[in-house]
Amino acid sequence: MIKAVPKPLEEVLDLVKDFNKVLIAGCDGCVTVCEAGGLKEAKVLASALRLYFTQEGRQAQVDETSLTRQCEKEYLAQLADRMDAYDAVVSLACGCGVQYLAEMYNNKIVYPGVDTCFLGVNEERGLYAERCQACGRCILADTGGICPIARCSKRMLNGPCGGSDKGKCEISQDVPCGWELIYERLKTLGQLDRFEKPTDPKDWTTSRDGGPRKIVREDLRI
Amino acid sequence: MRLQYPPHVRIIEVPCTGKVDIIHLLMAFEYGADGVIVVGCLEGDCHYSAGNLYARRRVNRVKEILEKVGVGGDRLAMYNLSSGMGGRFAEIVREITDKVLELGPSPIRGATGPAGRPIAEVTT
Repeated sequence: MIKAVPKPLEEVLDLVKDFNKVLIAGCDGCVTVCEAGGLKEAKVLASALRLYFTQEGRQAQVDETSLTRQCEKEYLAQLADRMDAYDAVVSLACGCGVQYLAEMYNNKIVYPGVDTCFLGVNEERGLYAERCQACGRCILADTGGICPIARCSKRMLNGPCGGSDKGKCEISQDVPCGWELIYERLKTLGQLDRFEKPTDPKDWTTSRDGGPRKIVREDLRI
Repeated sequence: MRLQYPPHVRIIEVPCTGKVDIIHLLMAFEYGADGVIVVGCLEGDCHYSAGNLYARRRVNRVKEILEKVGVGGDRLAMYNLSSGMGGRFAEIVREITDKVLELGPSPIRGATGPAGRPIAEVTT
């Protein structure tokens, strides 16, 4: 899922300090799972902002809500009746949600309340790690189910490189070498012959190199 | 034991300090509390294994928030006591009361009156 972290409170305070009616809009999707932008986090941020405005002697209104998903118009539409009541909205959704909210309510100031980080997994509660870079053409079948694009610091297709040291990447002893992981897994699977033929250069046009991407599924469209 | 401690404290019982969430502590300040202490079991003695350790992390997070919003992190503290430490509890309440009196009224209470402002119901 998409992983995010709450923006530093002082950054959000700086964004909204001049407004009198602010809505904190959480998202019940990915950001709820990584506890960065769900209803609970919306309540905490709204409470902190209310405390800030009150101690400043301001009569500001800060409300919170959370939508099932902010990346779908149907859920964003649920805010339609309330939007006029606010000067600004702080969206705790990922970058997609913030943008879609801003796009749908064109005349409303929308600020991000989280920093969207990556596509990752929950290794433990409060410990999230990147696993996918959404490159648009999955090669996991060739690499033992471990992605060299996301797990190798150099995104090498034919690793490991000379910076691999005892299973760790040269950038940090905390980062496992992606290609070491791939090697060990392919060894376990008895597929080490994978290393006998080099992988051809990757077509990056399906990644960001091809510009903003779009999926069109004619079988699904209505 | 008939221990005496200042009558200004309002005790809210929870099954374990692990139940105390960030939002509960913030709400206490929104309602106008001048100071809040979280009193958990001794570290290593939590019946639920680590509830008091989680509570301490949350208290630290709320202290940071209170500092940033101008209420002051000093108004919140956590202590670890066993059920046999009533004397120390009374002592802590006296200490924290003195400290809060020294800090003065919460800027929130001063701005909203003693009853605090009406706010949304906590549903977490």
